[in-house]
Amino acid sequence: MSESLLNLVPKAEAAQSMKDFKSDQEVRWCPGCGDYAVLAAVQGFMPELGLAKENIVFVSGIGCSSRFPYYMNTYGMHSIHGRAPAIATGLATSRRDLSVWVVTGDGDALSIGGNHLIHALRRNVNLKILLFNNRIYGLTKGQYSPTSEVGKITKSTPMGSLDAPFNPVSLALGAEASFVARTVDSDRKHLTEVLRQAADHPGTALVEIYQNCNIFNDGAFEILKDKDQAQEAVIRLEHGRPIRFGTDLTKGVVRDPATGDLRVVTVTPENESAVLVHDAHAASPTTAFALSRLADPDTLHQTPIGVFRSVERPVYDTMMADQLDTAIEQHGKGDLGQLLAGGDTWTVVG
Amino acid sequence: MTSQVSNEAGEALVGEQRSVPAGSHHGEEKEVRRLDRVIIRFAGDSGDGMQLTGDRFTSETASFGNDLSTLPNFPAEIRAPAGTLPGVSSFQLHFADHDILTPGDAPNVLVAMNPAALKANIGDVPRGSEIIVNTDEFAKRAMAKVGYETSPLEDGSLAGYRVHPVPLTTLTVEALKDFGLPRKEAERSKNMFALGLLSWMYHRPTEGTETFLRRKFAKKPQIAEANVAAFRAGWNFGETTEDFAVSYEVAPATKAFPPGTYRNISGNLALSYGLIAAARQADLPLYLGSYPITPASDILHELSRHKNFGVRTFQAEDEIAGIGAALGAAFGGSLAVTTTSGPGVALKSETIGLAVSLELPLLIVDIQRGGPSTGLPTKTEQADLLQAMYGRNGEAPVPVVAPRTPADCFDAALDAARIALTYRTPVFLLSDGYLANGSEPWRIPDLDELPDLATPFATGPNHRTADGTDVFWPYKRDPLTLARPWAVPGTPGLEHRIGGIEKQDGTGNISYDPANHDFMVRTRQAKIDGIQVPDVEADDPDGARTLVLGWGSTYGPITAAVRRLRREGQPVAQAHLRHLNPFPRNLGEVLKRYEKVVIPEMNLGQLATLVRARYLVDARSYTQVNGMPFKAEQLAAALKEAIDV
Repeated sequence: MSESLLNLVPKAEAAQSMKDFKSDQEVRWCPGCGDYAVLAAVQGFMPELGLAKENIVFVSGIGCSSRFPYYMNTYGMHSIHGRAPAIATGLATSRRDLSVWVVTGDGDALSIGGNHLIHALRRNVNLKILLFNNRIYGLTKGQYSPTSEVGKITKSTPMGSLDAPFNPVSLALGAEASFVARTVDSDRKHLTEVLRQAADHPGTALVEIYQNCNIFNDGAFEILKDKDQAQEAVIRLEHGRPIRFGTDLTKGVVRDPATGDLRVVTVTPENESAVLVHDAHAASPTTAFALSRLADPDTLHQTPIGVFRSVERPVYDTMMADQLDTAIEQHGKGDLGQLLAGGDTWTVVG
Repeated sequence: MTSQVSNEAGEALVGEQRSVPAGSHHGEEKEVRRLDRVIIRFAGDSGDGMQLTGDRFTSETASFGNDLSTLPNFPAEIRAPAGTLPGVSSFQLHFADHDILTPGDAPNVLVAMNPAALKANIGDVPRGSEIIVNTDEFAKRAMAKVGYETSPLEDGSLAGYRVHPVPLTTLTVEALKDFGLPRKEAERSKNMFALGLLSWMYHRPTEGTETFLRRKFAKKPQIAEANVAAFRAGWNFGETTEDFAVSYEVAPATKAFPPGTYRNISGNLALSYGLIAAARQADLPLYLGSYPITPASDILHELSRHKNFGVRTFQAEDEIAGIGAALGAAFGGSLAVTTTSGPGVALKSETIGLAVSLELPLLIVDIQRGGPSTGLPTKTEQADLLQAMYGRNGEAPVPVVAPRTPADCFDAALDAARIALTYRTPVFLLSDGYLANGSEPWRIPDLDELPDLATPFATGPNHRTADGTDVFWPYKRDPLTLARPWAVPGTPGLEHRIGGIEKQDGTGNISYDPANHDFMVRTRQAKIDGIQVPDVEADDPDGARTLVLGWGSTYGPITAAVRRLRREGQPVAQAHLRHLNPFPRNLGEVLKRYEKVVIPEMNLGQLATLVRARYLVDARSYTQVNGMPFKAEQLAAALKEAIDV
């Protein structure tokens, strides 16, 4: 990886602690909400970055998770539904000395704001997008979301929802994302490691965080959290390591030679060498996409977590700044008097 | 030039074209007449290059020193089916030896490149006018396509016109025969032949056009030279053919222009320059978030060319992202702008509301076009005034500034920026299609004439709490302007969070307190109501009983109509609004001085609605929504009727 764009952001003068990032505002999520865990993880991780906190900005949209900026003692904007990536794009592209984070939810990012999300990803603006996915609408009190499973019974879908859900990781990969990861609210260590990699990534980093809504969709990710079930359900992706999971790592992911698709097999001495080694830096997103399709959208069985893809490609903000520099090199610094007097002119004497 | 001051001769002569023999100093064999003003309309197929032809004639005319005003008129389709009425594109230019205000009501000269162009435009051309037709295009099929059963050139339907039948295509191809171009390619230069002919007819300087052609086709020198040759051939044709016995001089409008250096400028270009100038005067980087939309896209194009001024232009995925990015940049300390037209404003409404709530400076440039919905993308209208005023949820007041002429877009942009920066508020700049594409001479300002827009950011705490701690309150207001501090990220100690949820006065913390909300709503309104704008001045030399009140681009036609009435001895007062929100403080008092108030608008009476509601004045509307600016004559008649009633 090349030099991190974090070098453009001023460093904190003194060592920081988690406390420095807690604002004076009372946190108003429901007791037991998964958002608390994410907030604590982010506040706990920030001192590690060592950035001047006045140069950190959290921008959010609308929804439960979008209250996040109020609780961070940094600069922040709680904007309008779905628009945070657009607003953050304007901020990040005009202020490269800032570390800009977007906090959004499955409704905010994938429903009303889907357009802004995919375009931020394809441009590769230097944003870190934390997508809290609880597979339900919380703030509007319990309607199905664009990540809810088909047939979900909610207040707005008493006979079951009809929509096929989005897989946010697949969507992000399809939108040319250069960094895509998934993690889980309750796994502080994993969450922090993913944040670490995302923060360091030059360009847009999309982090899907499975987050429990204990009021309207409690236990949605229980299979990934329950110790007994998780071993069989969770596939932990680590760059450069064979993709194995299950009790005693008896299962592995291999490529089907006939279709090129991925499938899960029981690992034997004969097929062990065929187990796929995870390459997050692969130039092609094909395998990452195949990995994102392993999970069963209903049961979440065989859900990969970790960094699916982390590749380097030109960052929009950098290129925008470069064009400004190039324009000055080519034409000199803009001279307003010259500009206004350009074109055909004539003089009237008094 | 559209200053209200006009030389006496100009006042006396606006209206009918005046012709004086000027002697034949330009060549013994041809008569030269002197005219005080001319209105030319070039009309052809969308692919015939009429806009370019008009632009070039305009440039020649501007550099010659005439006053001028232009009206491009083109279909929304890029290339409508060739030879059809919907595919006709035209460019009207009015130029004079005195101060003029509009592109003119009716052409003195129509250049019709095909039957469709003739048919679509002949209704606007008074008998006695000159019509130059490209006879090559008047084949049976082409005529039948637009419903001519017999040739209008032969059936007497053009009786009373001075028709010049010219085989423009044939002559062009003939002139270019040595270039070895395919016939189709050679034919494309026929617009330059026409331009050459008209340039001869009106004694226009030609160097500018030749330079322009060589620059435009720098990579295709053969095409450049072919176009120059066609242009010269057109000129020579005029000079030699007997059909054109007379040429005309229109003297420079020396008295109409105060001393200075001038250039011709369109509204969108002036507006773009105004934005760049505002950023310089504010010492802030300019950030444009925009999505292409007619007729605003030219501002995006223009600003994109000036990155060496530190201008960032962001072509967003949609209108909402355009303004979203601009708002994000405003939070970061840029002079932020979004440019659009009416449909885009509708999409941006929620973000404008957020900007009202965040109290950040933001310019929303709306180049109005015919509506509702997609409406008439390339035509003009003023029907977004109420959308700008009220098109948001909740009480969300936004200042509204409207330029009156193409060149005035420069000053209006600076003024809108002043309000946005001083009061930390989104501001609407309401231009329209007529101003955007129309052009006029502009006196280039000296840089030291430009206003100082320096806007300090907050740098430290602004409040001491009861326990003596110094803190930063993002919503503690300046007592004079009621503006809140602009504290940009990167400023240590001022970390704060803002959002669209109602905020507690002062601290900016989330507050659902009823009394606080009532206070905040009223305070945001009071801030906008308190914006300093100059008083409106009524121009009323004769002590009239009727006031005609306008806003925006109707300034030219209204002023021309008022001049006509006064010339006929009919007193009428005129006032024109740049600031629609807040209104000038003295507006109510001015309105009450008159027995009658007439408000011409290119909508169904939106300003009239505001004025009636606000001042309880029985203002009458005179409205037109045909996608075109008012014509002075028709407006004068309507005003006369209103006065007489």
